[in-house]
Amino acid sequence: MKTTLTVLRKDLRLELRTLETVPAMTLFAVTTFVIFHFGLNRATIDGQLAASVLTTTLLLAGMLGVNRLFVAEREQGGFDAFLLAPVDRTAMLVAKAAALFTFLTVLEVIAVPAFGLLLLGPSLGRSLPGLIAVLALADLGIAVIGTLVSAIAIHTRARDLIGPVIGLPLLIPALIATARAIGPLLAVHGSSSPPGKWLAVLALYDVVFALIAYAVFDFLLED
Amino acid sequence: MEEPPAIELRGLTRHFGERTALRRVSVRVPAGTTLAVLGRNGAGKSTLLRILSTLLRPHAGEVSVFGEPLPRRAFAVRGQLGLLSHEPLLYNDLTGRENLVYHARLHNVGEERVEQLLEAVGMERRAEDPVRLLSRGMVQRLAVCRAVLHQPRLLLLDEPRANLDPAASELVEPLIGRGAGCTRVLTSHDPQAALAEADLVLGLKDGRASFVGAPEQLSAAKLAELYA
Repeated sequence: MKTTLTVLRKDLRLELRTLETVPAMTLFAVTTFVIFHFGLNRATIDGQLAASVLTTTLLLAGMLGVNRLFVAEREQGGFDAFLLAPVDRTAMLVAKAAALFTFLTVLEVIAVPAFGLLLLGPSLGRSLPGLIAVLALADLGIAVIGTLVSAIAIHTRARDLIGPVIGLPLLIPALIATARAIGPLLAVHGSSSPPGKWLAVLALYDVVFALIAYAVFDFLLED
Repeated sequence: MEEPPAIELRGLTRHFGERTALRRVSVRVPAGTTLAVLGRNGAGKSTLLRILSTLLRPHAGEVSVFGEPLPRRAFAVRGQLGLLSHEPLLYNDLTGRENLVYHARLHNVGEERVEQLLEAVGMERRAEDPVRLLSRGMVQRLAVCRAVLHQPRLLLLDEPRANLDPAASELVEPLIGRGAGCTRVLTSHDPQAALAEADLVLGLKDGRASFVGAPEQLSAAKLAELYA
């Protein structure tokens, strides 16, 4: 736990200092909402269409973070330094996933209100607690799978391509479950709580991939 | 019981694709001594250091450090090694102090050791500058601090005095020189300087051990052959 916090603190400090990842993710998301606003040629959207636009945009913005996750480790020797230390390598998996989760949360704190202003018809107020719960579960899945994919991609020359090429197909089930869970929340006179079935799918998905990541992450750090 | 050698290589071989970087290299390095690894660029010196540091796996042969076979018991060896490689292994956007504190925490070392080392290498006044703003020599001094932070029993030094002027070289001498009091494996672009520090020499030529012996046994002709 101590090592995880050490690596996480370092990652958050690096991001605060360089502002390389979160601003790019946020700008991408807001720009995409503007594109949808004009592309759909509708003043507002709601229900399943709104859920799909929101989920897809957040996922694609999240991929920018996934691509950047291990860049400093690779380019500035962070991997080697970490591997030389007598610490559990899983600490890096947990720290990187936590860092990505934090980046996604900050992204959503800005992007979701922007979505409410630019595209969404119904008010966010009543559905907000449910929306936060769904997005937290979705972020967990993206963080775990994103970390795994990023650790694979960083060892390849085409790492910017490998991340989305491997990551997006793996995240399709999470995307579907998230969009289905959010849909009723964003409908006009919709529900204030997400469907339990899709929440359970998301939670199960998170657990399965967390176990897979835990099992294989050590091997990804080997030469 | 006899103390195991600090390093023992038996038939160490490592490939990179089709190319063989190290071919059946064998050497035994007693604890507390200095091994100088000589050879021209691409001879396999850095590969050897990365294998000893547990960052690369050998493809054949046996490697042990302090009696622990690698890579099987790498976990037992990490933390006893200090690696000073071509890359400083420091984050450019963190300050020197932040970098060292980060490494100190990974190695479970107290932060007072960081201050002690910054002072020892004359970096205490630039410790709050991001690494990217420092000169190469200053970065190398920080890299020396990082490598010795946890007082390793084995120092792996790849061109340790690269980018250091004579004054800086003198500052780091107690940390990585003979006075460091640990086993050292040393490579240098200056063979005479490396020989002056060595108890044992491993001459590599195209990945093969072309010479293993005491520095005084290495003839000028053999040395010239290593760099031919």
